[in-house]
Amino acid sequence: MKKLSARRRHPLAALVVLLLALACTGGLYAAFAPADKAQADETAQSLAIDEGKKLYAVGCASCHGTGGQGTTDGPSLVGVGAAAVDFQVGTGRMPAQQPGAQVPRKKVIYSQAEIDQLAAYVASLGAGPVIPTEEQYGPEGADIAEGGELFRTNCAQCHNFTGKGGALTHGKFAPTLEDVDPKHIYEAMQTGPQNMPSFPDTTLSEENKKDIIAYLDAVNGEETESPGGLSLGGLGPVSEGLFGWIFGLGACIAVAVWVAARTAKAKKS
Amino acid sequence: MSTTANTDSRSRGKAPAGERVADWADGRLGIYSLAKANMRKIFPDHWSFMLGEICLYSFIIIILTGVYLTLFFHPSMNEVEYHGSYVPMQGQLMSEAYKSTLEISFDVRGGLLIRQIHHWAAIIFLAGMFVHMMRVFFTGAFRKPREINWLFGFLLFVLGMFTGFTGYSLPDDLLSGTGVRFTQGAILSVPIVGTYISMFLFGGEFPGDDFVARFYSIHILLLPGIMLGLVVGHLILVFYHKHTQFAGPGRTNKNVVGMPLLPVYMAKAGGFFFLVFGVIALIAGIATVNPIWALGPYRADQVSTGAQPDWYMGFAEGLVRAMPGWEINLWGHTLVLGVFIPLVIFGLFLALIAVYPFIESWVTGDKREHHILDRPRNAPTRTAFGVAWITAYMIMLIGGGNDIVATHFHLSINAVTWFVRIGFFAGPVIAFIVTKRICLGLQRRDKDKVLHGRESGIIKRLPHGEFIEVHEPLSQEHMYTLTAHEQYKPAEIGPTVDENGVERKAKSSEKLRAKLSNAYYGEGNQIPKPTVEEYREITSGHGHH
Amino acid sequence: MSSQDIPEENLPAEQGAAHGAVGVADEKHPFADPGLPPHEHRIQDIDERAAKRSERTVALLFTVSMLATIGFIASFVAIDVDKSVYIWPLGHISALNFALGVTLGIALFTIGAGAVHWARTLMSDVEVADERHPIEASPEVREKVFADFKQGAKESAIGRRKLIRTTMFGALTLVPLSGVVLLRDLGPLPEEKLRHTLWSKGKLLVNMNTNEPLRPSDVAVGSLTFAKPEGLEEHDHGFQNEIAKAALMIVRIQPENIKDKRELEWSHEGIVAYSKICTHVGCPISLYEQQTHHVLCPCHQSTFDLSDGARVIFGPAGHALPQLRIGVNDEGYLEALGDFEEPVGPAFWERG
Repeated sequence: MKKLSARRRHPLAALVVLLLALACTGGLYAAFAPADKAQADETAQSLAIDEGKKLYAVGCASCHGTGGQGTTDGPSLVGVGAAAVDFQVGTGRMPAQQPGAQVPRKKVIYSQAEIDQLAAYVASLGAGPVIPTEEQYGPEGADIAEGGELFRTNCAQCHNFTGKGGALTHGKFAPTLEDVDPKHIYEAMQTGPQNMPSFPDTTLSEENKKDIIAYLDAVNGEETESPGGLSLGGLGPVSEGLFGWIFGLGACIAVAVWVAARTAKAKKS
Repeated sequence: MSTTANTDSRSRGKAPAGERVADWADGRLGIYSLAKANMRKIFPDHWSFMLGEICLYSFIIIILTGVYLTLFFHPSMNEVEYHGSYVPMQGQLMSEAYKSTLEISFDVRGGLLIRQIHHWAAIIFLAGMFVHMMRVFFTGAFRKPREINWLFGFLLFVLGMFTGFTGYSLPDDLLSGTGVRFTQGAILSVPIVGTYISMFLFGGEFPGDDFVARFYSIHILLLPGIMLGLVVGHLILVFYHKHTQFAGPGRTNKNVVGMPLLPVYMAKAGGFFFLVFGVIALIAGIATVNPIWALGPYRADQVSTGAQPDWYMGFAEGLVRAMPGWEINLWGHTLVLGVFIPLVIFGLFLALIAVYPFIESWVTGDKREHHILDRPRNAPTRTAFGVAWITAYMIMLIGGGNDIVATHFHLSINAVTWFVRIGFFAGPVIAFIVTKRICLGLQRRDKDKVLHGRESGIIKRLPHGEFIEVHEPLSQEHMYTLTAHEQYKPAEIGPTVDENGVERKAKSSEKLRAKLSNAYYGEGNQIPKPTVEEYREITSGHGHH
Repeated sequence: MSSQDIPEENLPAEQGAAHGAVGVADEKHPFADPGLPPHEHRIQDIDERAAKRSERTVALLFTVSMLATIGFIASFVAIDVDKSVYIWPLGHISALNFALGVTLGIALFTIGAGAVHWARTLMSDVEVADERHPIEASPEVREKVFADFKQGAKESAIGRRKLIRTTMFGALTLVPLSGVVLLRDLGPLPEEKLRHTLWSKGKLLVNMNTNEPLRPSDVAVGSLTFAKPEGLEEHDHGFQNEIAKAALMIVRIQPENIKDKRELEWSHEGIVAYSKICTHVGCPISLYEQQTHHVLCPCHQSTFDLSDGARVIFGPAGHALPQLRIGVNDEGYLEALGDFEEPVGPAFWERG
């Protein structure tokens, strides 16, 4: 219910985001323009941190505190690592639009370069998981079937058999994993965003994660085959029952109406 | 010996071959007397009379496809490693049952189609039975002499649910295994004997090695065998009682008006079988049902969200989900009310609709045969009861899918559950009241139509300036149809003094019946039909509008 | 309860009878049954061309069916079982399943459509009335049946020879017991089976994913790990039965956030191990929300608070998830300090 009423404020919230985005880009430009020449001797790393800090001050500090120490509106970012930033900002979850049961995925408003700078800054606040490389999450050399078993043990309980998502308590939900960048899936496992528990390398090895991602790509990717026909959302018996009632029984009854109807009579004249 | 003489004379007369074969059969089976009674049997035309046929045909389709599936399915729980053509399962440990289902789906040509026809037909079979049952209920077709056939149909529905459930459990996939686990947990909740039943059913602890083989024989032999017998009995009774019909000109309680079995219904009913089969085959060709390859093999420590049974068990699932967790520990024993109460309500709630015909016939005290159907509006209390029953059923169906409802309508699952908890009690009451009001309103409109005619849409201006709408009188057929229904008078408690002047106490059952009868037929619970006097008064005195 | 005491006049008159005889309405019976309406002809009945058109339509439908059947057989032979094809809006689907389903569907549907069209347009549509006869037998037949029955019963002397009757009923009652007894070996008796799991003192907690024993440092705050008892392997016979009871869910909560005293005592530095099997009907519960420490069951939404002794806070479960007491052995691995103190999984009568 809360979510629904929150939804009604959507248009307004979108405006806020727009303003925020404008402010960010404006601020960014202002930050970039004079800085270009003077930093030739700085290392790329500290440059990124500096830039990230500026971005952070504009887009994030109001909730997470000026030094990432956290406020009542947002958790501390000390020690969450670059991977958490890359996931949260890279999937558009951060900056958040409004308080609610859960911050949903939405349109990304930062470029990847900016996200990397933000990540570098947050990582400098305290050590945490780093952004994975393509080698770590790419499907090459992964065992899809093994990934399937791991997925069913660790992930399916919230995200459904093939990653279609599912409900949690009080309006929270496990999102669908369709069209999610493998990198972000990897980071989510590593960092445990929001209410999702983390699956650190110590309990779910790098190889395990790779297998899981490869499995998801096989069963929930763009090219995934649904041999039987329409997949009906992959939600199982609920959508099958609805389809059976509406189209199955519905078609049979429509046919029955035709079978039993009177044939047109010849006009008397 | 006249028959022998007849036969002789016929064969001597060089009858056509077909006739000679028929004569041969008649001499041994007596088919002619059967054919005499049934060949030109009359069936009334109405689409809702074909709902039962949808069920019959989907049942036949299920049996045909089911036999095919048994040729390839291995009902075994032996653990094997998969090395077949479905890549995401390579090397996985699974039961032979699951492996053979994968092979039916991926390696047997047409196997997937037959599996999907089988499953879709089962979903449609149960849905069809539900709708057919409701048609019979709302039109009062369950009244004498058809009460036993109503019970046959009800039993078919219940057995169909369990046949469906056991079949759904056979592939031993993660979703169905979760359902079996639920069943086992529910069995454990039965006081005193629960653990014993569980151990005996599963051959030991859950999941054991036996349940697929046991469910298999229940699914393909025991339950369908009983169902087949009931279906045959159901059909024999339909033929024997002859079909009911709606009121209309020329249709009385003593006849049945329609088309003969040969040729019209032979073609229509026979054709309808192919139509239903065709629709289901098409659906199986374009829509997936139960993609077990995506679900994975069953493992007792794995689960997926969105764990639901097929729709016909959704009502039970909803009851279990909505129930608060009550558990009582007394004298070293546990009463698992949180699971056991839903189990009991499940049975009682279904039984409620099954015994309804007997309750109604007790209330009316009517022992005559009824072959003319009621329009639902003309039995407001029955209709309201039926709608209340469906409302409770549907609310629990929503409850059974509360997680899907929550995610797709962006609601809190807790809120949905609370809605279901309250709705299960409040919904039927509201539905009852609303339905009854609507029925009474429709009765009033019928009465108005009979007395004042049909609104023609023509506006006339009277000489003194008033505008009126011209009402056209109804046709004789229409007038008859709208006044053909029966109306009972409420029963009263009989005289409390017998002929010798001795007082007797009215039994409480009598009082209850009088009350119920009043609720059914008392003032304000049905609109009296227009009487001849009313009609004459209005039609003779013009100037009404 | 019989209905004899409901007076006849309370029942409505026989349908139709109240309206007088079938016929035209008059002053006395304005709602009279006018009888079956006269038969009206269809276009096909009076226009031979229309009838021919219908005939051609029916024949066309039957022909389409034949073609579709040929198409079915051709698809069966020609299309590979694993060939995938993209068809809008169905997606990437099996070409064979689609082709077979559609051709079979058309082959069947057109037979039905042809037959029904034939019946509707070309067969006689004159409505016929069939008389009904009461189901009940006439009183004479009833008398005869009862007389025959009494005669038969008398001749059998079942009423008089009580000894025969009693022993026969006794025998018939007892004989099904053999069948009941035969069912005894369907399964073992419950005994204590539901009370024990594989866990015992000193058994290491083995990570389900890596098959390695867990160390406390492996388990981070906010993470979720599943474990099985050391020595239980997926290929073992009986793995399913054992894991159905022994499956473990391990989370780490900051010790100061643990509200339940016993939970803290049974944990190791905030690492708590709970049974993964829901106490409602036994689903593997594991929808863990790391910020609220709530764990939700996907089957029936029972919700447990893992920071407060896993007590039930919502849903149909009747009692908390059992906790496994854990510690660390000399080599620094997490180990069980005994079996669960109460039966895991759904409650049952003997649980107590």
